[in-house]
Amino acid sequence: MMENTKPSLLEVQNLVTYYYTDEGVVKAVDGVDFKVYPGEIIGLVGESGCGKSVTSLSIMGLIESPGKIVNGKINFLERNLLELGESEMQNVRGAQISMIFQQPQSSLNPVFTIGSQIEEVFQIHGKISKNEAADKAIELLKLVGIPDAVKKTHAYPHEMSGGQAQRVMIAMALALSPKLLIADEPTTALDVTIQAQILNLLADLRRKFNTSVILITHDLGVIAEMADRVAIMYAGKIIEQSDVQSLFDHPKHPYTRGLIASVPVMGEIKESLDTIPGNVPNLIDLPIGCRFSTRCNAREEYQLEICNKQEPELQRNQKSGHEVRCWLYQDGEGHTAPFKL
Amino acid sequence: MIQYTIRRLLLAIPVIFGILLVTFTLSRMIPGEPCKAMLGEKATAQVCEQFTKQYGLDKPIPVQFAIFMGNMLRGDFGESIRFSRPVTLILIERLPTTIELGIFALLIACVIGIPAGILSAMKRNSPLDVVVMVISNIGVSMPVYWLGLMLAYFFALVLKDTFLWLPPTGRLTAGITSIPFFQLWNFPYISGTFSHYMLQFFSNFLIFNSIITGDWKVLGDSIKHLILPAMALGTIPMAIIARMTRSSMLEVLKQDYIRTAKAKGLQRNLVILKHALRNAMLPIITIIGLEVGILFAGALLTETIFGLSGVGRILYEAITARDYPIIQAFTVVIAIGYVFINLLVDLSYVFIDPRIRLE
Ligand SMILES: Nc1ncnc2c1ncn2[C@@H]1O[C@H](COP(=O)(O)OP(=O)(O)OP(=O)(O)O)[C@@H](O)[C@H]1O
Ligand code: SF4
Ligand SMILES: [Mg+2]
Repeated sequence: MMENTKPSLLEVQNLVTYYYTDEGVVKAVDGVDFKVYPGEIIGLVGESGCGKSVTSLSIMGLIESPGKIVNGKINFLERNLLELGESEMQNVRGAQISMIFQQPQSSLNPVFTIGSQIEEVFQIHGKISKNEAADKAIELLKLVGIPDAVKKTHAYPHEMSGGQAQRVMIAMALALSPKLLIADEPTTALDVTIQAQILNLLADLRRKFNTSVILITHDLGVIAEMADRVAIMYAGKIIEQSDVQSLFDHPKHPYTRGLIASVPVMGEIKESLDTIPGNVPNLIDLPIGCRFSTRCNAREEYQLEICNKQEPELQRNQKSGHEVRCWLYQDGEGHTAPFKL
Repeated sequence: MIQYTIRRLLLAIPVIFGILLVTFTLSRMIPGEPCKAMLGEKATAQVCEQFTKQYGLDKPIPVQFAIFMGNMLRGDFGESIRFSRPVTLILIERLPTTIELGIFALLIACVIGIPAGILSAMKRNSPLDVVVMVISNIGVSMPVYWLGLMLAYFFALVLKDTFLWLPPTGRLTAGITSIPFFQLWNFPYISGTFSHYMLQFFSNFLIFNSIITGDWKVLGDSIKHLILPAMALGTIPMAIIARMTRSSMLEVLKQDYIRTAKAKGLQRNLVILKHALRNAMLPIITIIGLEVGILFAGALLTETIFGLSGVGRILYEAITARDYPIIQAFTVVIAIGYVFINLLVDLSYVFIDPRIRLE
């Protein structure tokens, strides 16, 4: 059960990020709200293309043209990051908020040594001698479990395995003990055994440094194991959010139920009946009303007409903190919700 | 690295030999007799027979080739049929001018082309990008002689009597002479020996010679004379280099590690100059290497327009007159030049990208 009174580290409010392409406006993130509390791991889950990476790049201030943050607030340590200038934002990046990515090997620059790439973080953010930076780099490599750390500082990225490269990325990201780490599918590209090792490392380091983590993944199993809370995204919006226990025990949104049903249980892959039919809607031309209505079985089952007319709001159960965006739990004009949240 | 360099140099020997064999054969397959080409109307059968004998053109082709190779190893390229002078002397006199012109042109091309391409990529689709790309698209299709004449007209006539005036012709202003370093410093040498030739050769690089002897007047004057021809010659490579830099940078800027560098909090300009540029260099260097051949071809026209006595004009005359010794000598020079440039390109690959192994 979440305690909702403590101050959040990060609060994303009504974040709207669009890409203005030749084909039209891609509404990649379209009104996202969530909070991250100190020291917690919050999972951000959703199908490919639902706006997870765009959300995290928006937080980092790294949205590139033709993308643009159109609306919203990103409050971090009592400042709205969207109001900061580029040079102030540079002080935040890598020092207070850092990020690791899906493809660790291609995320490291192939022409520089591992050591120099870690040292660079210190050079950017602090006046520190080259020797000190080199010592710290070795220390960090040891911390993330790279054997032969001294020698490895002279290695190039192509001489490392994917798992090692991700460890280096983690070392780089944690170099300045940031308050927040955004891990965008940090293990998707890795072997299963390596995946587990990297996740364990992340969990350990989070405990050691009390860093908050936004963990982005497709994998509900990873969430169940790692996260304290979880937010489910669908087509640019968060449609359900709660603590992990409550989400897996009582999934509310039809999409979340579909996701959980599609996870193999005890090695047994369930029939495709349980999974979600259809595809993610086109983010340029979204359906009117609920974004999930084109794929929703519940809508038919309960004959909800409002679903195709009006978009539901995020409803919150004040006691449990469980939030969901669905007409099944919300009254509307001439519509009575079949369930109470 | 040194070992790699030596191995690459040794590998170059069979390459040069092969190129020589091919070009020797090809030059013998050009239709028309050299005697007729040289002597024109006067080429009676009797005169031709003597001419052919004198220059060994009656011997079997393999023998001609063997003689040629033997001479070459001794640094003797024979005597020009048309100019009746040892080819080696012609090379010593004229090659340095062409090389200096080429280097200067390439320098201009890189110094302007690379930054222009970088800016274009950084400000993609901005007015600046559009302007740079329009200029470079015009640049690649600009005829060298037309550009040369326009430059000469503008800088020598329109800007006459201003401080921007530039000389449109010649290598040095009349009255200014360059003193070879080996004469200035009284190097001991024996006239006509190999070492004498080498000293002469290097002192004929006027810019090099005036820098090491500290003769600033000659330096200034010789650079002034090179600016217009180098601009004319460098424009096409400049445009090509700018376009290649832009596309290579755009490709690199999409890479994941650029995002990582930004996520570390690195300044935008440093992301470009430190993380992107080095990765973008490989294709740019490749293109620069390829440009050298185009420069050599362009030098021919440029030297004619700007009255420079480089090898370009000689080569043109030699080809039309089927002056075999000169054609062959130049083939050797060009082949060695190519091998050397390729070596430089390959070495810089190894230097820039650690993924390229020294194998
Ligand atoms: N540079 C861009 N130009 C145009 N559209 C973009 C751009 N970057 C992202 N998008 C669009 O934004 C939407 C969200 O993309 P995002 O990368 O956030 O998805 P994601 O949830 O991270 O998916 P994945 O799980 O595949 O990483 C996608 O539909 C994508 O097409
Ligand atoms: S609002 Fe309607 S369509 Fe959307 S998820 Fe709920 S029931 Fe389905
Ligand atoms: Mg993503």
